[in-house]
Amino acid sequence: MIEMQDVYKTYPNGVVALNGVNVRIKQGEFVYVVGPSGAGKSTLVKMIYREEKPTSGTIMINGVNLAKLRDSKVPLLRRHIGVVFQDFKLLPKLTVYENVAFALEVIEESPKVIRNKVMEVLELVGLKHKVRSYPDELSGGEQQRVSIARSIVNSPKIVIADEPTGNLDPETSWGIMELFEKINNRGTTIVMATHNREIVNTIRRRVIAMENGKIVRDEAKGEYGYEA
Amino acid sequence: MRLNTLKRHMRESVKSLGRNGWMTFASISAVTVTLLLVGVFLVVMFNMNHFAKKIENDVEIRVHIDVTANEQDKQALRAQIEAIPEVKEIRYSSKEQELKNLIKSFGEEGSSFRLFEQDNPLSDVYVVKTEKPTDTIKVAKQIEKFQFVHKVNYGQGQVEKLFSTLKVARNIGIVLIIGLLFTAMFLISNTIKITIFARRREIEIMRLVGATNGFIRWPFFLEGLWLGVIGAIFPIVSILVVYYNIYKFLEPKITVPFIELLPFNPFMWQISLILLLFGACIGVWGSMMSVRRFLKV
Repeated sequence: MIEMQDVYKTYPNGVVALNGVNVRIKQGEFVYVVGPSGAGKSTLVKMIYREEKPTSGTIMINGVNLAKLRDSKVPLLRRHIGVVFQDFKLLPKLTVYENVAFALEVIEESPKVIRNKVMEVLELVGLKHKVRSYPDELSGGEQQRVSIARSIVNSPKIVIADEPTGNLDPETSWGIMELFEKINNRGTTIVMATHNREIVNTIRRRVIAMENGKIVRDEAKGEYGYEA
Repeated sequence: MRLNTLKRHMRESVKSLGRNGWMTFASISAVTVTLLLVGVFLVVMFNMNHFAKKIENDVEIRVHIDVTANEQDKQALRAQIEAIPEVKEIRYSSKEQELKNLIKSFGEEGSSFRLFEQDNPLSDVYVVKTEKPTDTIKVAKQIEKFQFVHKVNYGQGQVEKLFSTLKVARNIGIVLIIGLLFTAMFLISNTIKITIFARRREIEIMRLVGATNGFIRWPFFLEGLWLGVIGAIFPIVSILVVYYNIYKFLEPKITVPFIELLPFNPFMWQISLILLLFGACIGVWGSMMSVRRFLKV
């Protein structure tokens, strides 16, 4: 459960990114966040995994107020939230397997658990046959699958995706979206900031539209609603 | 911390040394050059300090007793001198003894002074040593005013000069060593900053997937430690070898009584330990300084 109340965010350079945001996302929902560049999509999404702190307002994630969360507790929060980016953020010198295992190694999981979980998620994303490949030997779509595998390997309740299809061609994007639906069907909340109108208009889910730091539209099974 | 985690940190830190080969080389070189300078400096300083102590301890006040003083007067004078709080010891040396010393100090040619044995022109002397060598001048001036003191001799002029020179030399040494250490720390923190910069993506991902700051810091802590310790090896070995040879070569040739080099053992082990600690500290400090700004949440 994600709940934001009167969230304002002003960056140190004076830019007002969020201007009074109220939103509630239930566990297991699939939410698109759309809007023009600079509308505050990224900031909204960053608030959820506490990359940015709100200037004022409260953000409750499963009963914890992120506005008051101490820095030292942030790592624990992030173990329950998976994050996927447009640029994949894979480590080029590690293999597919190592990249996914990395997420568990750094939270000090035991090697046996790591092995089982990594193979499980790699199977889910359909890359079991490429465990020994390096990122630069993979296509963009495959790289994004690896990064999705990494984001879900410690079974988070929420997956945040910031323009996950931004670097991919349309065909590959559909495959990635299928994967997100699969993850969503397992009960994981998905919050996806996107510019891809075709996807939003085809795979109909809840749409939160933002403009100038405010939510201007919030509808179940909504449309993208902007001219390209 | 789990054993596996520690192993992982070790592995990662060593791997990173190899992965960032040139930066590693640069950092180690920086430590090496600095510690070499600091090491040479320390050796010189310690030895100088050693001479200085020897020389200072050799400084004594020779109080020449007036010929008119009788046994009682001498005792009174002794009591007066002993009453000065800074005085550590006082030794009486009769004029016969003084002459013998004089003859001895001239060796072969000294025999010509034997003529004076009949009519000794020297005076009886109290040799006074002070608690702290630097009090010599003050005490000497005090003694000068006592009755039956014919003359006070403490190497006037030279002693003052010696003391002030030693003080200046020591201070300059300390300032230079501190300056060098700071330069090294700065260099290392900068080089490790570049190492870390090359790995900022790794750090970013670690933070995203929920690694604690402590966990992220460990490999860098170890990496800094290795850099400092490896950087200390060459300076330690070269200083050991060079000092050993200098000591072997010079020690038999030094005949000036109060100048001697500090013996190889344990002095060189102390220097090695100091350099190793300096290396480790500046390495760790440098890497911690650099990693800090990458960990701001």
